[in-house]
Amino acid sequence: MLDYAFMRNAFAAAAIVALVAGPVGYFLVLRGQTFAGHALAHIGFTGATGAFLLGIPPLWGLLGMTLAAGVVIGLLGEDLAQRDVAIGLVLALALGFGFLFLHFVTSFATQATALLFGNVLAVDPATVWSLLGLGILALAALGAIARPLLFASLQPELAQARGVSLRLIAALFLAIVAFATAEAAQIVGVLLVFTLMVGPAAAALRLTRRVGAGVLVAAALALLQAWGGLALAYETDWPASFWITALSGLVYAAAVLAGSWRAVAARGARA
Amino acid sequence: MSALAFRDVELALGGRSVLAGVNLAIEAGEFIALLGGNGAGKTTLLRAALGLVAPRRGSISVFGQPAARGNPAIGYMPQSRSIPPSLRLSGRDFVACAVDGARWGLPLPGRAARAEVERVLDLVGAADLARRPLAELSGGERQRLLLAQALLDQPRLLLLDEPLMSLDPSRQAGVVDLVASLQRRLGVTVLFSAHDLNPLLPVMDRVLYVGNRQAALGTVEAVITPAVLSRLYGTPIEVVRAGGHIFVAAGGLDLARDTHGCGESAHGHAHSHRHDGHRHDGHRHDGPTEAADA
Repeated sequence: MLDYAFMRNAFAAAAIVALVAGPVGYFLVLRGQTFAGHALAHIGFTGATGAFLLGIPPLWGLLGMTLAAGVVIGLLGEDLAQRDVAIGLVLALALGFGFLFLHFVTSFATQATALLFGNVLAVDPATVWSLLGLGILALAALGAIARPLLFASLQPELAQARGVSLRLIAALFLAIVAFATAEAAQIVGVLLVFTLMVGPAAAALRLTRRVGAGVLVAAALALLQAWGGLALAYETDWPASFWITALSGLVYAAAVLAGSWRAVAARGARA
Repeated sequence: MSALAFRDVELALGGRSVLAGVNLAIEAGEFIALLGGNGAGKTTLLRAALGLVAPRRGSISVFGQPAARGNPAIGYMPQSRSIPPSLRLSGRDFVACAVDGARWGLPLPGRAARAEVERVLDLVGAADLARRPLAELSGGERQRLLLAQALLDQPRLLLLDEPLMSLDPSRQAGVVDLVASLQRRLGVTVLFSAHDLNPLLPVMDRVLYVGNRQAALGTVEAVITPAVLSRLYGTPIEVVRAGGHIFVAAGGLDLARDTHGCGESAHGHAHSHRHDGHRHDGHRHDGPTEAADA
């Protein structure tokens, strides 16, 4: 299947996105901010459709909107950022605007489907290079803030006392999440970003005891899902996004089962 | 030089004045119990010492230096938060996240950082414990890890925010004994906030009681009196001593219930009218102590 250029592009894009989404997702789940991540993807939809209207590549519209929204949510602070109702309303509003913008675009249906559910087989080499650049930027930024981010996520009050600005860290981190979201949306669409960003990370958090191992497992699982989904899509001719979500669900369920099994075994050993 | 000194300090939280006109000096090496009802300002007072709450007026100094964020002389143990059972992170990694935690870069601890983590884990006797996932530990075990984290970088002043919350009485005694032995071995000053005075009676030097926007610092004999506490609660308070315990209750107390209880019921009774609009995150307390240790 790698004889086809579009498959090679798809595999390259999927690998880049998975290796960014896994580690970023690890911290997103650790911080309990998955809903904010979900919201960013929806808000990105508005940016992408707006970009259609203006005739600029949707990736940049998407990135611009998620970035702005991420920084704002981060700066608003924990109190506001974790209010489900506020986020829910804002993301519904964003989707509404996205739909309005699509209404004005002529090639309505295909564009909408690609944005909402992804179209990884249509990724061109230029997009792969954009994804690579953005991915390196996101991972470099994550590496730069990883230590205070971990501290602030696990022990916010203590981190604050030691001089970490929780607000700055939150804003920087959600900006990185915005990058990862814009990337993941290219593969699985804005509605299914969760599947690459949260699924592997949540499984990794259940499977590992060390931070470093958790980040690596999250990246590996995301890669497994993305490549596995592509291969299955090639064999079955079903959409890649479907297979990626299916694998994500499978991996997470397996991680949960492994945890329960281990708990039962531990109880047995103690008895 | 005092370990912690407040000079005519007023502290506010969300525009509401919590404490005013506070003057106090805690000397190096003392073990101080910080008591007061919910919302009386215990956490705010600790956060002010950490430089996280700027006083509206007056000045706060820590070992002669103005209170400021990131002071390495202070070890801080925040109120423990609930940990989701799905989090499998080891206690060791949890403690280690605070080593140089404010510095940018990757959290890859060097040899010195790893040695520091082992040192504090040994101090609280949790080197083995720390291998297990945090979510699997009992409340008392988790408090030991939080205490280890507060001891990183050899602080001279320990600020402990409600370490006994939601521990059953036997575990409470364990945590108190551990803190007291650390204080003796390391020569640190301890400011230990709690809801109940009794677990701390055997080890504490003085008590700092806050309430009604005021603070009283002194020996148990001087502070735990009907006159002082009635002023701090703004309502008549009775103090009953029985069997080496001290029970504090609002007027009209039910002696029959208090003498055979563990003191918490009488204590909760005294506080029950003080729940007015404060903001203690994760503060789900009053009434009988919960047994969190499974």
